[in-house]
Amino acid sequence: MSARLTRPNIQLNEQGKLKHFLTLEGLKPHHLTEILDTAESFLNPHTNEIKKVPLLRGKTIMNLFFEPSTRTRTTFEIAEKRLSADVMNLNISASATKKGESLLDTMWNLEAMQADMFVIRHSESGAAHFFAEHVAPHVHVLNAGDGQHAHPTQAMLDMFTIRKLKGDVFDLKVAIVGDILHSRVARSQIQALSLLEAREIRVIGPKTLIPPFPEALGVHVYHDMEAGLEGVDVVIMLRLQNERMQGALLPSEQEYFDLYGLTERRLTYAKPDAIVMHPGPINRGVEIDSAVADGPQSVILQQVTYGIAVRMAVMSIIMSNAALLAQSQAEDTIETTDSEQKAATQERSE
Amino acid sequence: MKIVIQNGRIIDPSQNLDRTANLYIARGHIVGIDTPPEGFEPNQTIDAQGKWILPGLVDMQARLGEPGHNQTGHIASETKAAVAGGITSLCCPPDTDPVTDTQAVAELIQRRARQAATAFVMPIGALTQGLKGERLSEMYALKQGGCVALSQANQPIQNPLILKNALEYAASHNLLVLLRCENQQLKNHGVAHTGAVSTRLGLPSIPASAETTALARDLILVEEAGVRAHFSQISCARSVEMIQQAKQRGLPVTCDVAIHHLFLTEMDLLDFSSLAHVSPPLRSQADRDALRMGVKTGIIDAIVSDHTPLGRDEKQLPFGESQPGISGLETLLALTLKLVDEKVLNLSQAIQLLTEHPANILGLNCGSLQTGSNADLVIFDPEDYWTLSSETLLSEGKNSPFIGWEFNGKVEMTFFQGRPVYLANAV
Repeated sequence: MSARLTRPNIQLNEQGKLKHFLTLEGLKPHHLTEILDTAESFLNPHTNEIKKVPLLRGKTIMNLFFEPSTRTRTTFEIAEKRLSADVMNLNISASATKKGESLLDTMWNLEAMQADMFVIRHSESGAAHFFAEHVAPHVHVLNAGDGQHAHPTQAMLDMFTIRKLKGDVFDLKVAIVGDILHSRVARSQIQALSLLEAREIRVIGPKTLIPPFPEALGVHVYHDMEAGLEGVDVVIMLRLQNERMQGALLPSEQEYFDLYGLTERRLTYAKPDAIVMHPGPINRGVEIDSAVADGPQSVILQQVTYGIAVRMAVMSIIMSNAALLAQSQAEDTIETTDSEQKAATQERSE
Repeated sequence: MKIVIQNGRIIDPSQNLDRTANLYIARGHIVGIDTPPEGFEPNQTIDAQGKWILPGLVDMQARLGEPGHNQTGHIASETKAAVAGGITSLCCPPDTDPVTDTQAVAELIQRRARQAATAFVMPIGALTQGLKGERLSEMYALKQGGCVALSQANQPIQNPLILKNALEYAASHNLLVLLRCENQQLKNHGVAHTGAVSTRLGLPSIPASAETTALARDLILVEEAGVRAHFSQISCARSVEMIQQAKQRGLPVTCDVAIHHLFLTEMDLLDFSSLAHVSPPLRSQADRDALRMGVKTGIIDAIVSDHTPLGRDEKQLPFGESQPGISGLETLLALTLKLVDEKVLNLSQAIQLLTEHPANILGLNCGSLQTGSNADLVIFDPEDYWTLSSETLLSEGKNSPFIGWEFNGKVEMTFFQGRPVYLANAV
């Protein structure tokens, strides 16, 4: 048979701990619970305030946004500053790559400016993997959204929100509504929910917005909103991108809202204590009615606050894993030097 | 120069030959098997005991980098790579720069190939000017200029009326047309097969129907036009079925598959490796198995390398931004013989798919060791185990997903028109 070179999971270091954070696929449940527990520790249990800690003092984090973003970039920046890191924001779509500099050249240049971590958003699926494959060994890559592939910190903040409000993700029924096909958020949420053993993951939308092989994601598909919401504990609404409306995927905003918009009446199909989430920014009157977005079951603004704590958790875990690894490697070197010296002394005495 | 190759196992499906014999070469041609012509005095005797003697392979699709893509390959470098892989005749598709839509470009390619004098290079002419799918090219002039067939490379004509006209015009002059089937609208900027993997990775995807709906349309238009048509690089199970039905109805169509589609699947994309980015995309395991069954049962007539040498700048990019293509000349034979190891094909079938069949489709008398034909042949050592590495690839394109694979058997020596053009141990 042919020798197939199977590469190890590039997100993990030699000790099986997070080195980069690219996707939830291939991670173990304990990686996720570690992030959730750490995030908890950054949050004041009474006030939900997030204190500033010196964990990343002296470290430089570069936020490379090849695609525009407000919320994700801002919460990353706040998280970085609360960890006392030095922060650089680079809006790359407007600079180097437009001048014909290759992606790798851009990255290597930034690396030479002593970056310790890159937070990357890019319009190509797999872009974060690509960076992680090519960065220097001491540099870490954090995926802030790549194409239609993954947005793992968003999914983790959603899990954190669910855990805060529902106690646990385990055994819950969760419905994700809207454009699953083009959504990196949905893909990461689905992986997180299945790693944390949600009882059932449903996706709701017309066939034009559902991936062609949903069974590969382990979800149940509903085209009927009311049937899909029946008895769920959590409703996650996705943003309907404007550009989808211009294509041939949907006939009109109005018909979409009529069929899949979350209204107070529709929400009654879910469990009475169900929570409503949305990664933002919301389109009022397109996927969600204002009465629901601002209503008692909505936790949309809490998600934003928790996003800071979760991103702090991911960054601090990655940096402390690197420190642990360096420490154990240093110990190994000392041991070898010791034994080499002993051997040399022995040789001389003989 | 008179050469005798002694005691080799001669495998030539074109004359149903598979036995140990001596083969005699004089003035660039094969002049006898078993018995030399009268008065034959060899200048050189080669002992091929334990080795196989195969006809030089005929590759119906290999890009050579010239003209226009010189940063990633030249006719000189790529024909060297070809003969290292046992290929002595190859067709280059018209997606050169400028496009091979004039006699001048076709002649340029052949002139460069004659200068390199390493392998026989046959240009394929463009079916439409600039491959734009709008105006017919001067097909007859292209034929006069040495084009053995016409095609649209990877840019199929989308407008059915223009395709109909192109096919009818080609049929009027008895020209062979090679068709890649892909509906541009259904492809819709996709880069990976629509399946479980693209769903998981969030890669924009190309459904099998992008190929099959185009194939259905093309089969009908081919039949109406009465043109000699060959379908290039089919990639889905359903396409195999449709071609089988067309053949059963008596339509004189043929088809080929790219060798990588017989080995790789969508699963090879799982770490976003841009080396697995090809067009048509790597499809499902079921598709791969159907393609293998297609070559086994003869529905698929030929295997091609679809060689596309690319540089680091074109491949070291996120998957969707990278250029599709694999550097395939040097693995075509080795991989096809792996299908023999894996009991998909018998040895004679495997060689036939690489020699006699493509030669027949093109209407050429290469791909054979019959007395009187050009002495294009390969001495192959079935016992030589080797591992593919980018350092030993002769092609300027190091873009092979097969790097690190192990192979049984290696080309030891290749002759082109009676001259040794490759010697494994000399490199």
